[in-house]
Amino acid sequence: MLKMTHLSKVYRTEVVETYALRDFSIHVKEGEFVAVTGPSGSGKTTFLTIAGLLEEFTGGQYQLDGADVHGLNDNQRSRLRNQKIGFIFQSFNLIPDLNVFDNVDVPLRYRRLPGAERRKRINEALERVGLSARSKHYPAELSGGQQQRVAIARALAGGPKLLLADEPTGNLDTQMARGVMQLLEELHRDGATIVMVTHDPELAARAQREVRIVDGQVIDLAAPARLIGESAPQPGA
Amino acid sequence: MIRYHIELALRSLRRNVVLTSLMIIGVSFGIGASMTVLTALRALSADPIPAKSARLFSVRIDNWGPDVPNNAAASDLLSYPDAMALMRAHQGIRQTVMYAPVFSVTPRSGDAIPFTATGRAISSDFFAMFEVPFAAGMPWSKADDDDRANVVVLGSKIAQRLFPAGDAVGKTITLGEQNYRVVGVLAQWRFQPRVYDLSSRLYQETEDIFLPLTTAAARRLFSYGGSYCDKPPSHDWDLMSRSECRWVGFWVELSSAAQRPAYLAFLRNYVAEQRRVGRFHWAANVALLDINETLQAEHIVPSEMKISTYAAFGFLTLCLVSATGLMLAKLGGRATEFSVRRALGASKAQIFAQCLAEGAFVGVAGGILGLGVTALGLAFERAILREDYARLIDLNANAVLTTVVLALVAVTLAATYPAWQSSRLAPAWKLKAE
Repeated sequence: MLKMTHLSKVYRTEVVETYALRDFSIHVKEGEFVAVTGPSGSGKTTFLTIAGLLEEFTGGQYQLDGADVHGLNDNQRSRLRNQKIGFIFQSFNLIPDLNVFDNVDVPLRYRRLPGAERRKRINEALERVGLSARSKHYPAELSGGQQQRVAIARALAGGPKLLLADEPTGNLDTQMARGVMQLLEELHRDGATIVMVTHDPELAARAQREVRIVDGQVIDLAAPARLIGESAPQPGA
Repeated sequence: MIRYHIELALRSLRRNVVLTSLMIIGVSFGIGASMTVLTALRALSADPIPAKSARLFSVRIDNWGPDVPNNAAASDLLSYPDAMALMRAHQGIRQTVMYAPVFSVTPRSGDAIPFTATGRAISSDFFAMFEVPFAAGMPWSKADDDDRANVVVLGSKIAQRLFPAGDAVGKTITLGEQNYRVVGVLAQWRFQPRVYDLSSRLYQETEDIFLPLTTAAARRLFSYGGSYCDKPPSHDWDLMSRSECRWVGFWVELSSAAQRPAYLAFLRNYVAEQRRVGRFHWAANVALLDINETLQAEHIVPSEMKISTYAAFGFLTLCLVSATGLMLAKLGGRATEFSVRRALGASKAQIFAQCLAEGAFVGVAGGILGLGVTALGLAFERAILREDYARLIDLNANAVLTTVVLALVAVTLAATYPAWQSSRLAPAWKLKAE
């Protein structure tokens, strides 16, 4: 599903070159739930933005769902992002002046789907996250946990091949975080491929596999931790 | 997608009513000021006969020479002998000598009081040259010109006044002590600026009565238009018609603008001939000005109007720069939204289009409000301008359309830079920063 080989990302200024990722290789198979961990500034988020085609890489190879993404222009990257990737951000990133329904609609609009098809997908996604009754609410009228569920519904509505989550419980209290994590686990059980960046070891432990990044390099590919569904420590507990 | 962008634009504009209102008000004042002066300028300087303006020429011949003071350029008026000589030479496809007699009209009913009417003595070619529309009858014939016939064509207003039943053609009217047969009545004819007569007010209505020049000359009718003499003028018609006083206009229609050099050559030959016979003692100073050149040469548009135009467009530019600034601030505050949209699949072009749609809405709203400002501005101009100018200035359909389109284009252009800035945001940048 996601395969990076000897990938590098360099930020250049006039006087200095900074490697955010260096000789970075990772392979995420279809249906996997991978946690990416590491200290602050290690390159986790850079990895995630490159994986999500939000940023270009400097060297190496990246294949998404079997297709080499190197050299794609902005339109092609946007289309691929829209069709194959769902994003879940730490700060939810809902658009404040759109209601829940319209927020979930955003990626579908850019796919130019007919209205009836969009409505069907939005309703299904909202039902999936348990927020059908809140479709007319605005983000400011929802709790943090509910906002993150809307963000997940938005990510799911397009039927992506890959869900990328950046600290999805980072802005939530324990109880809300538990609910969101359970939802991600359910999605994984239903076949979703999920890559989740987190610095929380307990959350990472609930993923199928943990990848650790330090100084822009993968230093450790942990063995599959445990099967999803086994009792696991609750995040933030 | 366009519908989606329109929906988003409306939503965004509603979200910040104060900022949106400031932009719209600013744009409307800029557009209103520009359209006020532009409408007035167009009304006062419009080409009165666009289809033929490059083929109709005012002929000028310097018959005074360089030694006469204040004779820097050839005048739009000629001496009667020169005009008649050009008329006889018949070098254009149509030509007319013209001057402006004034008539005392005696109404048919005995108790009505005689009144004054403006006139124009011309050849019958005049009507075709200036595309004068007829409501009834027709121009007099060449034979009438030659025979000095007592015939007239009436303007629409005087025809209505003298013959309310609309049966003027064939009737007789009394001008001074002479009777004339009405051969035609004009439809409403608005020819402004009235460029064929630069010596009177350019924006006054066209004449009441038209008659053959030959007839006017035979009746010894004096001109009440411009008359310029290098020596004290005579009050004797025969002396005036042989003098070097300039008091008649001469216009010629050529088959195409390309014939102009040939006609100029003819004029130079004419001057050379006059030198040979001892009348002129200087190099040929002749000119042939088409309609628009005549308008330009006579500085028909007051220079104050031009300054106002520059000032108004300067003000519009200022308003648009402000709108650009406000737009930058407005869109800059939504960097996260644009990053999120990019992450969810929007291309740069789609973000650009979304932002531009907001600009276009401000433009349309500013244009509509600008119409109101323009209407107020024009009302003010009408109140302070002379009646003949003021009558021309109105907000017609063309001006309305121009106002809205100008606003739309101007504001969309002003929004281009902020929209481009927003579309260039790296999608990851703002999301990372969050």
